[in-house]
Amino acid sequence: MNTSTAHTDHYDPESSKIGMWLFLFTEMFLFGGLFLVYAVFRNKYSADFHHGAHELNAFIGTFNTVVLLISSMTVAMSITAIQKKNRKLAVNMIIITIVLALVFMLNKYFEWSYKFEYKLYPGSPVMMNLPQGEILFYGLYFMMTGLHALHVLIGIVLLVVNIFKIRSGKVHHERFSLLENSGLYWHLVDLIWIFLFPLLYLVT
Amino acid sequence: MDKKEKHITSYSLFAKVLVALLILTTISVLITEIHFGALSVAVALSVACVKVALVLVYFMHLKWENSFLRIMVAGVFLLFALVLVFTFIDYLLR
Amino acid sequence: MVNTSQENYLEYRGRFKGLMGWLTSTDHKRIGLMYMYAIMFFFIIAALLGLLMRIEKIAPGQTIMDAQTYNGVFTIHGIIMIFIIVIPGLAAVFGNFFLPIMIGAKDVAFPKLNLLSWYIYIAGAIMGILSQFIGGGAPDTGWTFYVPYSAESGTNVMFALLAAFVLGFSSILTGLNFIVTIHRLRAPGMTWFKMPLFPWSLYATAWIQVLATPIIGITLLMVIAERTLNIGFFDPALGGDPLLFQHLFWIYSHPAVYVMILPAMGVVTEIFPTFSQKPVFGYGAIAISSLAIALVGYFVWGHHMFTTGISYWSRWFFSFLTFIVAVPSAIKVFNWISTMYGGSIDLKPPLLYAISFIFLFMIGGFTGLTLGALATNVQTHDTTFVVAHFHYIIFGGMGFAFFAGIHYWFPKIYGRMYSNRLAYIAWGILFVGFNLLYFPLFVIGIQGMPRRYFDYLPQFQTGHVISSIGAFILVAGLVVMFYNLIYYRRKGEIASANPWKGVTLEWQIPSPPPLENFEEIPVIKDKPYTFDNKEEKASTGN
Ligand SMILES: [Cu+2]
Repeated sequence: MNTSTAHTDHYDPESSKIGMWLFLFTEMFLFGGLFLVYAVFRNKYSADFHHGAHELNAFIGTFNTVVLLISSMTVAMSITAIQKKNRKLAVNMIIITIVLALVFMLNKYFEWSYKFEYKLYPGSPVMMNLPQGEILFYGLYFMMTGLHALHVLIGIVLLVVNIFKIRSGKVHHERFSLLENSGLYWHLVDLIWIFLFPLLYLVT
Repeated sequence: MDKKEKHITSYSLFAKVLVALLILTTISVLITEIHFGALSVAVALSVACVKVALVLVYFMHLKWENSFLRIMVAGVFLLFALVLVFTFIDYLLR
Repeated sequence: MVNTSQENYLEYRGRFKGLMGWLTSTDHKRIGLMYMYAIMFFFIIAALLGLLMRIEKIAPGQTIMDAQTYNGVFTIHGIIMIFIIVIPGLAAVFGNFFLPIMIGAKDVAFPKLNLLSWYIYIAGAIMGILSQFIGGGAPDTGWTFYVPYSAESGTNVMFALLAAFVLGFSSILTGLNFIVTIHRLRAPGMTWFKMPLFPWSLYATAWIQVLATPIIGITLLMVIAERTLNIGFFDPALGGDPLLFQHLFWIYSHPAVYVMILPAMGVVTEIFPTFSQKPVFGYGAIAISSLAIALVGYFVWGHHMFTTGISYWSRWFFSFLTFIVAVPSAIKVFNWISTMYGGSIDLKPPLLYAISFIFLFMIGGFTGLTLGALATNVQTHDTTFVVAHFHYIIFGGMGFAFFAGIHYWFPKIYGRMYSNRLAYIAWGILFVGFNLLYFPLFVIGIQGMPRRYFDYLPQFQTGHVISSIGAFILVAGLVVMFYNLIYYRRKGEIASANPWKGVTLEWQIPSPPPLENFEEIPVIKDKPYTFDNKEEKASTGN
């Protein structure tokens, strides 16, 4: 006789992948809302946004972009590795990805704390005295990079889970849906940063 | 359930894509040094779009996915673009 | 009854029994019912709040509550009705229960995720209720949370915003689940255009849920940031733009209207062919029009902002598209009526509700066009005309479709039959009460009665009194209907597997359905709605 769990356990990587993509769509629209707000205010306060972007450290931004791009490649490679039954390489690639993610977060931490040192954070008296467009620019900066950093953290947790699952043999060359989907999630984190980087650091 | 074998992307292809992405990043940084004025947003975003496309197509495997997913991804970007356009029909023409 | 080797889903006992057996069940049918019971519970609360508002308005001046209480009551009435009842509503209840069965699947694609969405839903609903009792008093912003007031109000707006955010998350997960289910789990042979039309409408709905809900999520987060961090996006003093909030809010909240109404259209589309014993007219047109509504409905949000000073061209486009989006709805109405034309119509309660759905939905739709036209909008904006319009769409449309659906599928869900006589009586009371309640609001709205006011000028009293009388009648009708359904759920006559002679897959399996729906996954050869049982048809009519 069938039990209620019998059919819930079946493995269909295609379903999971479509599900993951749909979830990524929702993430894109979540950030999309912020991009819309950015677009409206950038259009209204071009000069202030220009100035705000100039104040951000383009070097840190570029460095973090490079870090995330490399991490995106390593996570993609870990999937190739697991498909080729090379578990060790797969785990190592994930570990490199996590290390790069931590480097990204560390950089972010320094960048934020540098701002906080100058008492530049939402609602601070220093910020309230800036021109209106710059208040909005920094508001967007904190909200967008903050939400993005949250996604980086979630991504790290996902990747750690994958290491354990690969080690315990639950993720392997015939059953790597979890790794594939975590990879997709990680690429999305990268993808959003690719847009954030020029909008916040470069467009001056 | 799937008829076709899963496609395995080679390490070297990923490496090549990364090199392309890094080159594009360098370009977008250098471009800000030259002042395009009002065009700079458009240029920076175009470069970003190319980068995003590379990530989507190769890293995210869309090149080897069925057409449904590819159409949907394109559709989602189009939908967002249209939302932007409709919002700006208000803001630009007020 | 059809013999089956499997227990039915109501009796099935897994690891846990009783209530725990339900709360831990990933069975789509049980989850559907759990949504229904939760929705019923909240509906009773919100309906009573509505009744309180109508009592307040029975006479000018303060009757039973002061202005601030009234603000709180219409806010929570709106939040519960919109976010907790009608947005999940039909999709979560009948979608969960019947989508897998109608496409010949054993369950949805991600059963555990499905149960998780229910828990997230309950968490959000509880937060919504809690917002009334903790913090600085019940939120008083209206369910629309318009800034700048929602950023400034001293009441507990934060909690209500979070509740809406959490409920949105649940809605996204349900939509995601349904899309994957429809893509991956259709029975062999069921091509897209052999799929019944209720699943089609759920498919269109699910896309809106996935692609529109995140926008409200981020918008609510921005308002929360506005309140806690003083971030300034919507605050003119800091350079922000309150109208931007309205844009973002309606980018989601207009499509949300279609999250409510599309499944409702899907339900009645199932009912008309069954009770006419005739294939649905214009199958392809109905299926495609669902998608068209979903797509065009994404680009009409600005019709909520005609009086706010948005640009001329944007008013032009949004008004134009609002008229365009009425076309696919009209196509559906045409097809429903054509389905009945020349059929052997059997006016059972489900069909009666479905026909009144068309009637009420048309009134709501036409007054919607009145509001969508630029000139008349200026006169009727923010009056009770708007209130009447959207109650005709949401209650008259989605609500009556829900009633039609529950009367249609009741014998399948519980394996029992309700009392037809009581169902007719309840329908009569509901229909009269509904129109008495909401129609006068059109009239006094045009005359200038603003919405969301607890007081009014004496000249509006006649309308308000009629409306309040209607409210009592409507509630009486609800009581009769609920009694009929709740009592006969266990005590009714045993229903056969196919009491209405329906032809979609849910009628081919026993009532109530066995745990895994099908002993063998069916293979589909024909188009849906193929009625070929001529001799059986002659012997029906009981
Ligand atoms: Cu609307």
